[in-house]
Amino acid sequence: MAVLLFFCFAAIAVLCAISVVMQRHPINSALSLIGVMLSLAVLYLLLGAEFIAAAQVIVYAGAVMVLFVFVIMLLNAGREERTGRSLPARWLGLPLLVVLGGLLVYFVRQTMPRSEPVIFGAFDEGEPRQVGRLLFTDYLLPFEVTSILVLVAILGAVILARKEIRR
Amino acid sequence: MNFFLLTMLKAAAVAAALLTTLAYLQWIERKVIAHIQLRLGPYRVGPHGLLQPLADVIKLFTKEDLLPPHANRALFLAAPAVAVALALTSIAVIPFGPEVEIFGIRTYMQLTDLNIGILFLLAISSISVYSIAIAGWSSNNKYALLGSLRACAQMISYELPLALALASPLLLLNTLSLREIAELQQGFYFGFIPRWSIFQWPAPQLLAFVLFLIAAFAETNRIPFDLPEAESELVAGFHTEYSSMKFASFFMAEYANMITITALTTVLFLGGWHPPFPVEWGSSYVPSVVFAVAGAMALYHGLNPARRRDRLTLPVFCVVFFALAALFLTPFAQVYLVPLFWFIAKTGLLLFFFIWVRGTMPRFRYDQLMKFAWTSMFPLSIVNLFATALLVALFAQ
Repeated sequence: MAVLLFFCFAAIAVLCAISVVMQRHPINSALSLIGVMLSLAVLYLLLGAEFIAAAQVIVYAGAVMVLFVFVIMLLNAGREERTGRSLPARWLGLPLLVVLGGLLVYFVRQTMPRSEPVIFGAFDEGEPRQVGRLLFTDYLLPFEVTSILVLVAILGAVILARKEIRR
Repeated sequence: MNFFLLTMLKAAAVAAALLTTLAYLQWIERKVIAHIQLRLGPYRVGPHGLLQPLADVIKLFTKEDLLPPHANRALFLAAPAVAVALALTSIAVIPFGPEVEIFGIRTYMQLTDLNIGILFLLAISSISVYSIAIAGWSSNNKYALLGSLRACAQMISYELPLALALASPLLLLNTLSLREIAELQQGFYFGFIPRWSIFQWPAPQLLAFVLFLIAAFAETNRIPFDLPEAESELVAGFHTEYSSMKFASFFMAEYANMITITALTTVLFLGGWHPPFPVEWGSSYVPSVVFAVAGAMALYHGLNPARRRDRLTLPVFCVVFFALAALFLTPFAQVYLVPLFWFIAKTGLLLFFFIWVRGTMPRFRYDQLMKFAWTSMFPLSIVNLFATALLVALFAQ
């Protein structure tokens, strides 16, 4: 059952990811990206990490992508013109893609030669309580540095937006 | 009995109850608003308009289904389906009552208890923004687009104070499972003050309750925050182009969201199914008294009818109410139905409050709405969260 669901949602994730690139209309791409994120959340759920799954949906599929969709709607972006592919892209694109994929597979197998098989639902350290405890003990410094980074980003956005108004 | 069959039965019961409540909530809303405005409201279809929801369903089913010529067809059709599916899904984690035993089967009055129940509801609510956004965008109509832009901005803005207000009772009760949240609010201080989160020591969540309720109005797009469908400016907002069952889907989604969020408020702040005063003071006889009084009133008005048909209809109501009163006196019902009664009573009062506000409040202006969210609600909810965290850290065991 779990394996079946895994292949189902993995396939949906890959299809949606391809659709993000192939779609001509920005809003369709954005919706496909939401599909990718939701199916990733299901994969987390299959592994037994409920909190990560919920966070994935709330933060990525909810908060981040709503802003994407909002901006696309606000700008009322139209269909994209598809220009003809350039000569090197037409001839070298597919072979390079295959080579890149092969290299990726090779390096993953090199770095993790005999990794343990994944067991669905076996991950039991993903409870909110444990995640919170780890964030405030072992990973306190990265956590605080990330929050400062976010603060810097917010301040940057505010200042950039302000300059636009003054002109 | 196996797990699968039991879950199916429970899901069927909850779905039937929810859909009936949905239909009749709309009738109640029309009646209450009518009486606030000194009108009678729906009166023609059935006694006191009681069959009006049925008539509305038939009307909506048989209306012409329009598709605007330049709309994005797939998204236009998907949006109402997504809206209603998400709205009906979120009721699954709400606990209605304690563990019960019927015919030897022990089960909870809840569809499923996730250990991330609250986060599940937040996830659903953050996804359901898309249905409104996509509905407005795909309609290819400027009013619909403006309405859905407003809805997006409003829901993103009010999700922050909503989540922060919701986090503080979680700190107080130290769990994310909705069933445990409700169970932890059992008991009384000094024998009469209920241990609901709005009263619970060391950090009573009264402020969080008010903030959550205000944000809930905005999340469900109700007056005074119904800017997305402000009919004086935007025709009907994001669902301007929708007709027939697709319009009804948005309608259903709005009312289902209202029911879910009031049920959530009951569980989080008002002690779920726990009575407001102890059983020793006779709280388990309250439902019988309420129904008996309602029956007596129906009997009185049936004997002195204002209209001729009341002579026939009101005694029927009287019999129904007295039967309910008798049912709540049986020992079987005392165990199972009284908690359910308290849960429904609290949720119903909150729903009445929603309708009452709609009947009395004017609509906010859009800049007021945003200013209110970011300069009042947001700082207040952060202060409340910090204060709760401090009090819990200092005084909790």
